[in-house]
Amino acid sequence: MPFIPHTPANIKTMLDTIGVNQINDLFNEIPTELTQSSQPQPSRHISSGLTEMELALLMQARAKQDAGRLCFIGAGAYEHYIPAAVWDIATRGEFMTAYTPYQAEASQGLLQLFYEYQTMMASLMAMEISNASLYDGASALAEAVLMAVRLSANKQSVILMPTTIHPHYCQTVRTIVEQQHLTLHDVAYDKATGKVTAASLSTLESATALVIPQPNFFGVLEEVDALTDWAHQHNILVIAVTNPIAMALLKPPGQWGQQGADIACGDGQALGIPLASGGPYYGFLCTRKKFARQMPGRIIGRTTDLEGKPGFVLTLQAREQHIRRAKATSNICTNQGLMVTASTIYMSLLGPEGLRRVALASHQNTRLLCEQLRTIPGIQLLFPSHYFHEIAIQFATPVEEILQNLAKKHIQAGFSLKKAYPELGNALLICATETKTAENIALFVDTLKECLREHDYVE
Amino acid sequence: MSNKNKKSPIIFELSQPGRIAKSLQPHIADNIDLPTHTLRQTAPLLPEISELQAVRHFTRLSQRNFSIDTQFYPLGSCTMKYNPRGVHRLASLEGFLQHHPLSLEEDSQGFMACAYELQEILKEITGMHAVSLTPMAGAQGEFAGVAMIRAYHQAKGDTARDEILVPDAAHGTNPASAVQCGFKVREIPTDAQGNVNIQELQKAVGPKTAGIMLTNPSTLGVFEKNILDIALIIHQCGGLLYYDGANFNAIIGKIRPSDMGFDVMHLNLHKTFATPHGGGGPGAGPVAVNARLAPYLPIPMVAKENQHYRWLTEQDRPQTIGRLSTFMGNAGIILRAYLYARLLGREGMQRVAEFATLNANYLLTRLKAAGFTAAFPQRRATHEFIITLKNEAKTLHITALDVAKRLLDYGFHSPTMYFPLLVPECLLIEPTETEAKETLDMFADTLIAIMKEAETQPELLKQAPHTLPVRRLDEVKAARELDLVYDVTRGA
Amino acid sequence: MSNIPKNLRYTPSHEWVKQDDDVLTIGITDHAQCMLGDLVYVELPEVDSQFQHGQECAVVESVKAAADIYCPIGGEVIEVNEAALGNPQLINEDPYGKGWLFRLRPFETPATILLNAEEYSKQVASEAH
Repeated sequence: MPFIPHTPANIKTMLDTIGVNQINDLFNEIPTELTQSSQPQPSRHISSGLTEMELALLMQARAKQDAGRLCFIGAGAYEHYIPAAVWDIATRGEFMTAYTPYQAEASQGLLQLFYEYQTMMASLMAMEISNASLYDGASALAEAVLMAVRLSANKQSVILMPTTIHPHYCQTVRTIVEQQHLTLHDVAYDKATGKVTAASLSTLESATALVIPQPNFFGVLEEVDALTDWAHQHNILVIAVTNPIAMALLKPPGQWGQQGADIACGDGQALGIPLASGGPYYGFLCTRKKFARQMPGRIIGRTTDLEGKPGFVLTLQAREQHIRRAKATSNICTNQGLMVTASTIYMSLLGPEGLRRVALASHQNTRLLCEQLRTIPGIQLLFPSHYFHEIAIQFATPVEEILQNLAKKHIQAGFSLKKAYPELGNALLICATETKTAENIALFVDTLKECLREHDYVE
Repeated sequence: MSNKNKKSPIIFELSQPGRIAKSLQPHIADNIDLPTHTLRQTAPLLPEISELQAVRHFTRLSQRNFSIDTQFYPLGSCTMKYNPRGVHRLASLEGFLQHHPLSLEEDSQGFMACAYELQEILKEITGMHAVSLTPMAGAQGEFAGVAMIRAYHQAKGDTARDEILVPDAAHGTNPASAVQCGFKVREIPTDAQGNVNIQELQKAVGPKTAGIMLTNPSTLGVFEKNILDIALIIHQCGGLLYYDGANFNAIIGKIRPSDMGFDVMHLNLHKTFATPHGGGGPGAGPVAVNARLAPYLPIPMVAKENQHYRWLTEQDRPQTIGRLSTFMGNAGIILRAYLYARLLGREGMQRVAEFATLNANYLLTRLKAAGFTAAFPQRRATHEFIITLKNEAKTLHITALDVAKRLLDYGFHSPTMYFPLLVPECLLIEPTETEAKETLDMFADTLIAIMKEAETQPELLKQAPHTLPVRRLDEVKAARELDLVYDVTRGA
Repeated sequence: MSNIPKNLRYTPSHEWVKQDDDVLTIGITDHAQCMLGDLVYVELPEVDSQFQHGQECAVVESVKAAADIYCPIGGEVIEVNEAALGNPQLINEDPYGKGWLFRLRPFETPATILLNAEEYSKQVASEAH
């Protein structure tokens, strides 16, 4: 019996102790019509249990189906090199199989680690405080929006959402805040530059909060200082959505404009978390200390024990659902502890200089790719603006065809912008992180050239 | 965990300016083409340490922690069962880890096959019509479920239904999720046997009732006997029934939520399907629904057409409540749950409920025999049960907290304390099916020994724990003098 | 047994009310602070805001619990206790003195809906069982 240690002798002793004849007697408080109707018909989808070895054979085959691609897709999930030590340590059973640290004395390791994480993430964003993580980037933005609404205490909240935010983030925010009586107002980007201008916001001065992505979904750097100052001049809160790797190189939210952003959030995946089909990743959320009580999610605080020794606890729990129930700041009861553990180890191994180099190398590789792509006839860089490690490229050829043809050569050419931004025509969002060598980039460019030549030939 | 007197420096105290782990730093060219005003001017506070220092620091932190791999962890309502290593290993194959979520479908068939098959498995064991795997935790599953209830009523033009009923014993997430979906919450009291009070329920239902959120077995560790009556009452008034899958480990393979009359539910894969809790996440909270709610399921989902797996998005499912995460929820957890389900097979799943129930009833019987008070002495335990120390609190002046902390000294994680709020001085104990009889016996013997200590040396309990890296911590100070980030200038 | 001064009026939800001419001072009772434990946070209404009788108007929080304060009488807030905001411990140490919460100019006469000390003592005693 998988994972059940009972011997026949054990079972007999236990049943005797309880005073019943068979295990099924323990279910005798359940109405019989329920137990009968559930009795197994021949199962369609659940076969008999496999051994670990049988399962390994099946899964190796399935993993192989998806393996071995050269990936130039970014669009919210980024392939970075992850040092071996990160997951070697994060998957120690003591981290991986612990629960939420409710018993602080028996959880000092995780609690201290989360405190160190809060420090690192807050510092990376140049913000005063951080929580211990949320589910992912998109849901973190939704929580940031709800937090801004709580802070403003404004019954008619309007949130300014540039369309340069990741479209999946926008969809997620819409789902989560749908019933909260607030308006999500789309802000269009400038067609020439691919970014939002303060001028385009001029009629929106009564809004509650402005979301500023940096870099934005197109990889373009927004005018964060001007946008932040515009918002603060009109008493509008600023929510930054950032890539944490980029913040080792670019000006962090806490230093935007005169006063800095009020809330900074985003996805922590780039910091040591594998792509893994989209999750688990984690969301981060940082803010000003004076807004601590409105911050959703778990928060770790340092304190002392009864002998005066320093130690760590979950704090500000009275905001949370298990105490406040219907009046909680959010319904969240977990963080993404294991992902945060990996990220904290990753940031510690890389240090400030290592993280800056990862960011810079990613930027430089994307620049190299961009320069080479621009030499190909029929290819155009959509926005001639400064970018971080992603670029939007327009083709004369249907993107589906490009993606399919390169896929045959095991190259993932990028993310098609057609569905989310039909106005951009045949456009791909392409990313080259530090993991891409000059040879990888040359192979991508040559294969693309070949594919376009074939297309022209056919036509 | 025997490192009581070892100090554990904060990582920043190990830091030395200019120390770097060279082999982990990528090469860069010197020139930066970005304008200065876009660039960061001051380095972030990240440690500057060697690789060995990092490895040693985090390894030591791991040793200051209880976990399933090292301790019995009978945390009620959390289902802390063994997390199979084989599952973790196979979910970590390179093909899965390096797979980009926005890959073309033809580059994703391996993962999608697993997700699709898990959808089918969950449909079958819940008796439901359709499943979406994307919610990233139980709480998000609840949100999705309640949002679907709202969408269903709205689609029928039934907009007056703005109340969700919740038993007073429910998890705090239930009312919090209902409110996040824009509902008002109405609490229904529990009767003396731990069942929902049917008279009060009948008074509460009406044209405003959108639905009720229940877990069965309830958080009181007993099976809700009147479930079929409750379903009838709610359905007759036009409401829907939501099943909180937190306690699904008690019934998996034995009975199905659909047969109990539930319309919509979530499952906690990190509980019933043994995915690692990871120190508080990641989890996964898939939702399952009957046919009338199926159009509203959150996207994306996986379909199978002509031996090809394909994503279902808003184009295929125009009535969806929408997207809940950037990609496909906690995909790696979904994969792990699938692997666990394949190792168990149908018979194995049924045994989960049977042996979880056997273990709980055995432990309850032993504790009752030793003089502990069960919260519902006339009732069978399900996969968990409650003992109350209210008598001991009066006679010996010790609390459930004292006993919980003393258990830590003996190397057992504490049961859930002070939940449900209805039962004074309570411990909610869930042993799970993966624990051996010897472990249960040791735990029972330890609780008995602790109650002896309470009579003879109560200070041992009140001052506990004594053997862990820290003594009881000052939570009041933590909340009053918020110290959430390390301040280098202040030092240790 | 907790301290229940004779000269104050009370609500069933453990607020106390003191009347000086046409101004009411409101706080939480000694029993309430004792049940909540060490308070770590207080949220008070804004001056000039108006509340109906029974409306939630403030929150007190300990590490394990949070309690809403219900306005005992409809009225307009004229002053809040800034000292308690900065140091919630005052409410634990001196609930009827330095730990007051806010002052109110009532729309109506307080009169009958409030409990006297004896009635409130009975209620506290009955809750203990």
